[in-house]
Amino acid sequence: MAGTANHDYHILEPDIWPLVGSISALTFTTGMVFFMHHTPATETEPAQFGFWPIVLGLGIMGLIATFFMWFRNIVIEAQRGDHTPVVQLHMRYGMILFIASEVMFFVGWFWSFFDFALFPTPLSFDEATGATTSLFGQAGAVAQFVPEGMKVLDPFALPLLNTLILLCSGTTVTWAHHSLIHGDRQGLKQGLWATIALGLLFSSIQAYEYSAAPFGFGGNSYASAFYMATGFHGFHVIIGTIFLAVGLYRSYLGHFTPRQHFGFEAAAWYWHFVDVVWLFLFVAIYVWGGWGAEYH
Amino acid sequence: MATTAEGFDVHSDHGHDAHDHADHKPGFFARWFMSTNHKDIGTMYLIFAIIAGIVGGAISGIMRVELAEPGIQYLTWWAQFMGGGNDLNTALHMWNVFITAHGLIMVFFMVMPAMIGGFGNWFVPLMIGAPDMAFPRMNNVSFWLTVAGFFSLLFSMFVPGGSDPGAGTGWTVYAPLSTSGSVGPAVDFAIFSLHLAGAGSILGATNFITTIFNMRAPGMTLHKMPLFVWSVPVPAFLLLLALPVLAAAITMLLTDRNFGTTFFNPAGGGDPVLYQHLFWFFGHPEVYIMILPGFGMISQIVATFSRKPVFGYLGMAYAMVAIGVVGFIVWAHHMYTTGLDVNTKMYFTAATMVIAVPTGVKIFSWIATMWGGSLEFKSPMVWSLGFIFLFTVGGVTGVVLANGGIDDNLHDTYYVVAHFHYVLSMGAVFSMFAGFYYWFPKMSGRMHSELLSHLHFWTFFIGVNVIFFPQHFLGMQGMPRRYPDYAEAFHFWHQVSTYGYYIMAGSMLFFFVNILYALAAGKKAPANPWGEGATTLEWTLPSPPPYHQFETLPVITDANDYHDHRPVTA
Repeated sequence: MAGTANHDYHILEPDIWPLVGSISALTFTTGMVFFMHHTPATETEPAQFGFWPIVLGLGIMGLIATFFMWFRNIVIEAQRGDHTPVVQLHMRYGMILFIASEVMFFVGWFWSFFDFALFPTPLSFDEATGATTSLFGQAGAVAQFVPEGMKVLDPFALPLLNTLILLCSGTTVTWAHHSLIHGDRQGLKQGLWATIALGLLFSSIQAYEYSAAPFGFGGNSYASAFYMATGFHGFHVIIGTIFLAVGLYRSYLGHFTPRQHFGFEAAAWYWHFVDVVWLFLFVAIYVWGGWGAEYH
Repeated sequence: MATTAEGFDVHSDHGHDAHDHADHKPGFFARWFMSTNHKDIGTMYLIFAIIAGIVGGAISGIMRVELAEPGIQYLTWWAQFMGGGNDLNTALHMWNVFITAHGLIMVFFMVMPAMIGGFGNWFVPLMIGAPDMAFPRMNNVSFWLTVAGFFSLLFSMFVPGGSDPGAGTGWTVYAPLSTSGSVGPAVDFAIFSLHLAGAGSILGATNFITTIFNMRAPGMTLHKMPLFVWSVPVPAFLLLLALPVLAAAITMLLTDRNFGTTFFNPAGGGDPVLYQHLFWFFGHPEVYIMILPGFGMISQIVATFSRKPVFGYLGMAYAMVAIGVVGFIVWAHHMYTTGLDVNTKMYFTAATMVIAVPTGVKIFSWIATMWGGSLEFKSPMVWSLGFIFLFTVGGVTGVVLANGGIDDNLHDTYYVVAHFHYVLSMGAVFSMFAGFYYWFPKMSGRMHSELLSHLHFWTFFIGVNVIFFPQHFLGMQGMPRRYPDYAEAFHFWHQVSTYGYYIMAGSMLFFFVNILYALAAGKKAPANPWGEGATTLEWTLPSPPPYHQFETLPVITDANDYHDHRPVTA
C-alpha cells in the first residue's frame, strides 16, 4: 500500500491488538468491579460475583498479551528499518507527552496530600487496634496532620536509603547510556544490570517497609495519602524496571546502535521521572509530612 | 504489500492514475476492526458519536417529558422497566441515573469523540498535508477504549447503584453521594468508564500533538496552519494535563468506596470539597476541550463562505491558546457555594471574567471576517451564524455566573442549566453540524440536500431556543437543577421547554433523512464544492480522498502569507 510513498512517515498495516487491548481493558475493569463487590453465599443470599477471578484473570492476561505483542511489533519494525529519523522524533514527542501526563497524575495525589497536611482535622489513632477516631468538635482537640498517637516511618532510616538507591540508579543508567553512545556494549549491559538490581532492591525495601509500617492502609487521611502516593510510585518503579529489563534483553540481542536506541532512551527517561517523583515524595511526605510526629 | 487481508478497489471509477495504488483498501474486518487509517478511524468516531448522541438525546427526552407537568409521571414506570422497585425512592433514583447518563454520554461519548476523534482525525492530517497520524495504531486503541468506556457505562445501568439499578451520582460524581451514598457496583462501573475513556483521550491527545508538531508538509509553518488545526492541539494539551488529575480523583473514589481510604471522608480527616477541587481542575479545562475544536471549524467555514481570509489570524490562534491557559486557573468558579472565602471568590471571579477577552476576540473576528465579504448562505454557513449568535448568548450568561456574589443565588438553578446548554447544545452542537455539512461531501463523496440542511437548521434553531431560553426564567425564579418534581409556579415554562424538545427531536429527522438521501441518491461531490473561499488542503484532494493521501508531500507556497494554504502544484 505504501509501496510508492515518497515520504519518511510510517504507514502501518491493519493491526488487531488495539481492539484486543481495549476489550481486555474493559474485561479487566469489569473484573475489578466483580472483585470489589463479590460476597460469599450466606443462609439467605446466594454468592455474588464469585466468578470474579475468571473475568479479572482474562482481562489481565489480555492486557499482558497486548502489551507484549504491541511492543514486540514495534521492536520488529524498528529492526526492519521502519523508524526513520522523523518517526523516531514522533516517539520522542510521544514519550515526553506521556511522562507529562504521568506527572499530572501524581499532581493529583500530591494535591490531596497537601490538602490534608495544610488543613488538618483533629484525629486520634489507636495503635493497638489500628482504628482512627475523629476528635472534631471536642474541647481541647488539636488539628494536626499525623493523627494523635500515630507513629510514622523514620524518613532518615530506610526512606533515605531508598533515596540514595534511586539516585545511584540514576547514575548507573547514565553509565549505560554513555557506554552505548561510545559503542561499549559491555558497559551498557553492566550499567543496565546495576540499574535493574537497584530498582529491584528499592521495590524490595518498599515492600518490607509497608509490611513493617506502624499503620495500615486507609482509615485516616495520612495513611490514605501515604499509601496511595507511594504505592503508585512503587508501581511505576516496577514498570520502569520491566522497561529497563526489556532494554537489557534487547542489548543482548544486539539491537541498539550508538545512533539509534530510543527504546533504551525512553526507559531511561521514564526511570529519571520515577526518580524525581520519589524525591518529591521523600521531601514532602516522609520528611515534611511526618515532621514532629513520633518515629516508628 | 497487503499481506494481512485481500484488498478491493472501491473508488477506482474516479480515482485518477496517481492515486490508484493509494486506494487499495484492506478487507472488511481488517479495515474496520484493525484500522490504522485516520480517515476510517475518524468515520468510526463520527458514527459512534451519532449513536451515543441518539442515546443521550433520548434520555434527555425522557427527562423533558417527565418535567412537562409537576409531580411524578413516568419515572416509576421507567424504574420498573430498568428492573427496580415500584416505589417513589426508586423512581427518584432513576431520575439521578438519567441525569448522570445524559451528562456523561453527551460529554465523553458524543461531543469529544465527534469533535476531536471524528473531525480531528479526518481533517488534521489532510489540512497539514500529512499522509496519516503520527501513531496510527495508537489512534485505533484511542477509539476502541472510548467504546469500551461506553460499554462500562452501559453495564452500570444493569447493576445496583444504591439499592436500585444504575449510577445516580451526577456526571460530576461528587463524594459523598458517590462514595457512602451509593455503595453498589454501578458507580464503580461508571468510574471505570471514565478511566477507560480518559485513557483513550490521553493517547489521542498525544497523537494529535505529535502529528501537528512533526508532520506538517514542507512550508506549512505553525503560523500558516488553518485555524481548525490550531484548535486541536490546544484542547489536546488540556486533555493531556487535566485528565490525569481526574484519573487520580476517581481512583481516590474507588479506594474510598472499596478499600477503606478516607480521602473524601471527614471522619478520617478527609475532605469532600477536595474531590470538587480535583474534579473541576479537570472539569473546567474539559468545557474548553468541548468548544475549542468548534471554534476552529467555525473559523474555516466563516472564511470559506465569506470568500475572505479570516480576520486577525494570529489573534484568533493565540486567543485559543489564551483560553486554554487561563482555563486551568478558573476551576473554583464551579464551587462558589462550597464555603470558599471571599478573597478566593474574588480571585476566581476576576480570572473567570478574563476569559471573556480572548473569547470576545474570536466573536468579533468572525464578524469582521464576514464584514465586506461575498457571503453565501450555504448550510455550513447558516449553522455557523447560529453558532456565533447562540454561543454569544451562552457566553454572556457565563459572565453573569462568573460573579461569585450572583452565583450564590443562581448556583445549581436552571439558569446554570440554560447557560451551559447554550454553550454546549447550541455552541458545540451547532459547530458540529456546521462542520458536518461542511465536510460531509468531502468525507462521503456525495452532496447532501441544501433544502433539508436548511430545514434542519431552522427547526433545530427554534427547537433548542424554545427548550433552553425559558430555563433562564425558571432559574431566575429559583427552580433548582436535578429535580424531577417542582412547585406549580414553574409549570408554564417547563411545559414550554418540553414543547421545544419535541420540535428539536422532530428536526433531527431532517438530519437523518438528509444523510440517507445523500448516501443513496446524492450527487457526486466535486473535489471542492464550496468555491474559491475554500483554500485549505483537503479541497485539493478528490472527494472522498484516496485511502492514503499525500504520498508525495505537498509543498506550501509563501511561508509569510498566513492565509495561503494551497500547495505550489494543486
